[in-house]
Amino acid sequence: MTGELHTERVRSRTVRLTVNGVRHHVRVDTRTSLLDTLRERLGLTGAKKGCDHGECGTCTVLVAGRRVYSCLTLTVALDGAEVTTVEGLAAGGEPHPLQRAFLAHRAVGCGYCTPGQLCAAVGVLAEADAGVPSAVTPDPAEPPALDLAEIRERMSGNLCRCGCYGRIAAAIAEVAR
Amino acid sequence: MHTDRTDRRGHRPGRGAGIPERADDARWRDAPWNGGHRGEGAGRRDGNGWHRGEPDGGRDGDRRGERGGERDGEWDGEWDKVTGRARFAAEYSPRAALAYAVPVQATIARGEVRNVDSETILTLPGMLAVLWHGNAPGLGVPEDSGLALFQSPKVAYRGQFVAAVVAETLETAYEAAARVRVDYAAEPHDVVLRADHPRAYRAWEDAPGEDGREAVERALREARVSLDLTYTTPAYHHNPLEPHSTVAVWEDQGLVIYDSCPGAAAVRDTLAELFTLPPSLVRVITPDAGVGYGGAATTRPQTVLAAIAAQVTGRPVQVTLTRRQMFAVTGYRTPLVQRVRLGADGRGRLVALGHDVVEQTSTTADPAAGPGAAGGPGRPVCEVLYDVPLRHRTHTVVPLDVPAPSWSRTQGDLPGVFALESAIDELAAACGLDPIELRLRNLPEADRPGSAAAGLAACLRAGAERFGWAGRDPAPGVRRDGRWLVGTGVAAAAYPVAQSPAEATVRLDADGRFRVRLAAPRMRPEERAALTTIAAVVLGVTPERVEIELGGEGGAAAGPPAPAAAGGDEPEDVVRWGMPVVRACEALAAMLGEREAHPGVPLEARARADAPDGGHAFGAQFAEARVNLDTGEVRVPRLLGVFTAGSAADADALRARFTGAMTLGLSMTLCEEGELDERWGGFLNQDLSHYLLATFADAPDVAALLLPGDGPAPDPAEADRLTGLGTSGTAAAIANAVHHATGIRVRDLPIRLDALVGRLPTG
Ligand code: FES
Ligand code: FES
Repeated sequence: MTGELHTERVRSRTVRLTVNGVRHHVRVDTRTSLLDTLRERLGLTGAKKGCDHGECGTCTVLVAGRRVYSCLTLTVALDGAEVTTVEGLAAGGEPHPLQRAFLAHRAVGCGYCTPGQLCAAVGVLAEADAGVPSAVTPDPAEPPALDLAEIRERMSGNLCRCGCYGRIAAAIAEVAR
Repeated sequence: MHTDRTDRRGHRPGRGAGIPERADDARWRDAPWNGGHRGEGAGRRDGNGWHRGEPDGGRDGDRRGERGGERDGEWDGEWDKVTGRARFAAEYSPRAALAYAVPVQATIARGEVRNVDSETILTLPGMLAVLWHGNAPGLGVPEDSGLALFQSPKVAYRGQFVAAVVAETLETAYEAAARVRVDYAAEPHDVVLRADHPRAYRAWEDAPGEDGREAVERALREARVSLDLTYTTPAYHHNPLEPHSTVAVWEDQGLVIYDSCPGAAAVRDTLAELFTLPPSLVRVITPDAGVGYGGAATTRPQTVLAAIAAQVTGRPVQVTLTRRQMFAVTGYRTPLVQRVRLGADGRGRLVALGHDVVEQTSTTADPAAGPGAAGGPGRPVCEVLYDVPLRHRTHTVVPLDVPAPSWSRTQGDLPGVFALESAIDELAAACGLDPIELRLRNLPEADRPGSAAAGLAACLRAGAERFGWAGRDPAPGVRRDGRWLVGTGVAAAAYPVAQSPAEATVRLDADGRFRVRLAAPRMRPEERAALTTIAAVVLGVTPERVEIELGGEGGAAAGPPAPAAAGGDEPEDVVRWGMPVVRACEALAAMLGEREAHPGVPLEARARADAPDGGHAFGAQFAEARVNLDTGEVRVPRLLGVFTAGSAADADALRARFTGAMTLGLSMTLCEEGELDERWGGFLNQDLSHYLLATFADAPDVAALLLPGDGPAPDPAEADRLTGLGTSGTAAAIANAVHHATGIRVRDLPIRLDALVGRLPTG
């Protein structure tokens, strides 16, 4: 970039995204993260920006059903993708069981990590269903049982500064049963 | 215009239909400059023609699902938090196109800014301004204030805001900020805290003379058992997951600020002073969720930056600090060196105690800085917990070229209690007594006001029973489970329960309505209705003309999201806010006559009620520690906290707060450390990959037990205080358990592998 301003060379691209079932054509700066696209462009501020560097998990959303850190995902690479954010978890107006379980277990403190925790938990349930093992799965050949140890391990990419870990894990365990 | 929450409770409308808006949505929309949807606004802004496909229905869309508070009386705010509807400060979009400001931080720790080269930067498309002391507007505070942004060339710490860029998009602003060239005249810096630093000064001291220091020293010399121990704790950064953020807008009626800081009144007063405005022309709105957990109740520089940038560009401006920026400018808890001296008689009764604290401060005059450790100059926690005939404390401050520390969560009490309660454990070992027994022998007289006697004893006993303390072998380093050494530890906890003052502002608006503003984050509908009636009666008008506005401006530091207090019978909010509402309405009623004399003058009156000193709440914490013989890794499989809870209306909400706080305490004991870099003079580990927070995998089985009673207890709305009590004692309990497991005393937090590995038994 010596001497030359990046912006002069910026390319923007139009990307087709389906977010929570709604189709968008979004023209984005090629540097824009999925997180900034959601928050600053599509008005979906449910996904949070706790670090912008893949360290906290507050930006977790689902892309094609898999959890990703949206701060580390470039929108330009997602043409045609299906994205689900916390705003889309209550499909058809019916709250997701995890949303109810988080409230019932008082797994919510300040609420800033909560959307990411919920999306990550949806991803964890799907991973376990698909038989994906984790570092603490006793026998990777067997389908993993989502006990508290598995949940803690799998959820460790999502920080909670309010220390709600125990309650979040209990809420997820209840839904996993 | 405001939604009555009564309509919303337990009511489950179908998809998208009839979902009442949140009260603060309404307030926000009613602001004269407001109404835009963030997405659409952005689209108009950059003219890139995005959003061509199906509209997504805008900010809240029509897909936001359904409200579903299952529990009777579930607060709306909690449901909003699990659906993504709860909005945080950076998430409000005014109608006019939002611009973004990004600060440029000093890369030297001491010296002066010679020049800021902004020429090439300003040619970037979408750039609006580059701000620095050469062109920024003057502010009405002394230059050496930490909030006097761009008022002088002086650099007082690495990371200080020395310039800022304002641009139409975030991407351009970040690029520009990275490209701004700042020329410095650097001077050598001094950032290392030492107790014997030549610039150290004594901030305060208990009676220095014969009855004080000398008497304590004599008693310590003559005591049967005498200990002289030094503990250190590192710089701790709040690191709330919500970054500090502000949206600022200048409008005809003054400055409107949407801020992540929960201390609306403090922010308003500070901004009024900075911009030399009457406080009535500054509106500060704080959301009811987020940063509050981090105790961000003082104005931080990003708020001032947003206001300056909005003033200069004439645009609404958002500033959201990056995680890295937060380390230097949002305050932190000072590192501490604490010397604790204890003397006891043959029965383990304390005869004398000395506590000498050294902390650092910055060379800027930050109002948030100041002695904050070990109970501060107020009532010392050692006096609250134990009956010590002779006490002497000193507090020493070392000004360094560092960012200004501020209070952080527990206002110094976690480090103070860590030192005291570790030393008490060491004393128990030296006296050959069980650590619970030693504490019970030293309880203050039961009839002393605020005495810990009953509360603390009950917490210790109940915890011992639940934790399985009985029959504990005091010998350290003798229990093994495979390659792990196992031990248990206990510590007392105490925290003052005083509340923040309650402030009410009443305004008669041009539409003939009276608006009463309170900084209560939320309130039960029936209490809100009661306060409306009270105000109407005092003003002599019908209740329809009175409106209660919550959550922000005009009040004292509004607490962060309080756990739901629904279900209790006590109208706590009416008790707390009733008096200031009455006083403010009386004052306004008295002014009403003047309105005739000066038509068109807006009328506003304000009143405040100081909260009484509520004494201390108490607790006891128990920890089990397992230390790996080969790696020195410390795991804490069990933490139990027992707390006096008064007559808490919602015990489950309180327990949730306490277990969260104890987890935070664990994090501060085992993970967190802000490392100041001697060579470059700034914090080195400025991100969450290097400043470690406890994760799910570190989170042990944390349990909190509440003891009902009539003693002082924290108000569930005073989240900082709950957190203060919940973290108080955690560190000492864990450190004492590590000693019991290994025989090694770790007096420096955090407890890391290097303190243990190499000193553990081999084989
Ligand atoms: S914001 Fe993406 S991981 Fe922190
Ligand atoms: S609820 Fe506050 S960070 Fe998790």
